[in-house]
Amino acid sequence: MLKGHQSWVFHNRPMITATGVTGGPFEANGKLANDFDLLYEDLWMGQESYEKAHRILLEEAIKITLKKANLHKEKVQFLFAGDLINQITPSSFAARTMQIPYFGLFGACSTSMEGLALASFVVNYQGAKYVITGASSHNAAVEKQFRYPTEYGGQKPPTAQWTVTGAGTALLQPNEPGMNHPVTTAATIGKVIDMGLSDPFNMGGAMAPAAADTIMAHFRDLELDPSYYDLIVTGDLGRIGHDTAFELLNKSGLKLERKQFQDCGLLIYKSNQPVQSGASGAGCSATVLYGHLLNELKKGKYKRILVVATGALLSPLSFQQNETIPCIAHAVAIEMNEK
Amino acid sequence: MASNQKKVTPQQKSYQHLQQKHEIKRPILKNCIKAFFVGGIICVVGQAITYFYIYFFNFTEQSAGNPTVATMVFLSMLLTGFGVYDRIGQFAGAGSAVPVTGFGNAVISACIEHRTEGFVLGVGGNIFKLAGSVILFGVFSAFVVALIKTLLTMWGVI
Repeated sequence: MLKGHQSWVFHNRPMITATGVTGGPFEANGKLANDFDLLYEDLWMGQESYEKAHRILLEEAIKITLKKANLHKEKVQFLFAGDLINQITPSSFAARTMQIPYFGLFGACSTSMEGLALASFVVNYQGAKYVITGASSHNAAVEKQFRYPTEYGGQKPPTAQWTVTGAGTALLQPNEPGMNHPVTTAATIGKVIDMGLSDPFNMGGAMAPAAADTIMAHFRDLELDPSYYDLIVTGDLGRIGHDTAFELLNKSGLKLERKQFQDCGLLIYKSNQPVQSGASGAGCSATVLYGHLLNELKKGKYKRILVVATGALLSPLSFQQNETIPCIAHAVAIEMNEK
Repeated sequence: MASNQKKVTPQQKSYQHLQQKHEIKRPILKNCIKAFFVGGIICVVGQAITYFYIYFFNFTEQSAGNPTVATMVFLSMLLTGFGVYDRIGQFAGAGSAVPVTGFGNAVISACIEHRTEGFVLGVGGNIFKLAGSVILFGVFSAFVVALIKTLLTMWGVI
């Protein structure tokens, strides 16, 4: 149901019954390695190109999700997925393999929550019995498209971020009371915001206002107090973007505590990994949410969380033509099902 | 870094100001020192190779330049292939980008990257993706300098 200006409340509380999370070698050395279902030793994942490896990440994540739910793929009505590669080929090619009716999404790194919001909406209104949603990215494939060749010896500035190699997918289905699964309760769809920043090596700084705008819209639309959530977690703002967003929110009068406000891009890697300002990529929020954060919810560490995935909607061409970076953020609220 | 766009709204301007407070600046002095030493080490290696060609082969100080450059480029390509040069680059910055080894790295890294698209459209079409502008503007500026020198010599200035 629409609430306020740009938010949905899911009164039927769709359940996330299973997830699949895959990652690469760099993630295997990270802080959250135990929350992944499958980690590859090699960036190639046994394929002859990084783009194919990217597709395998998503395919395997979907297969793991189905296996955990003990469900055959023919039972799933829809797949909502996206990534960062031109024409989202890894997601579309994975959809070809899976043969699940498919919506291809592009919201850059906000795709994970764009997909979860849409999937929740569809399930909430009996549009489907089972929906799978997910997002993925592959460090080498994304760097190749947006930046320099992976082996090029250019120096990255301290504002740069490291693209996550990984895919995270989730299976949603209508609520069954008493089942101990996380449920989605609300979503806020963000608008595109451009504060005139143009440095592609400082995405966090460009995306922070979009994150702040969506979070403020969420609390305004749902008439909630900031203390309602134990955790508000942004997708991939990194150190600079996260600090900036925190200041923006506090200045606007939304008083959050520092501990209550975190970032997936700062959670996934260890501090000694050479990632400059943190992690980024469509797979960042997807792997951290569907792996780590849902596990923490199930353990009872958090009661209610708000996940705000942020995306920078630029292309390599747009920044070469001196365009600024438009950004977006979508938020989904998740909590445990009532017993 | 804020954009140089002409039409910046007051809202954008105040945000850019706020954002800059949180932006981590490049440690310029530290980067310069690192670049100086790594660049210096690369030049020492180059000098050693020059002497090697002069003492062990029939090269003079002038003619030893070409085989030295070729050797340095080959070494940097080898290091790129083994995945080492980008790590040196992250540490050294301009120190490993400015010498001829940086040129070798730019060529071979693009080459490796686009191998999956085949030899003609992939490797052939992209090998000079990064180094192409170095070649173009390098050749052009050499032409301009040579032209000036020729004119000055013709007029008897030098």
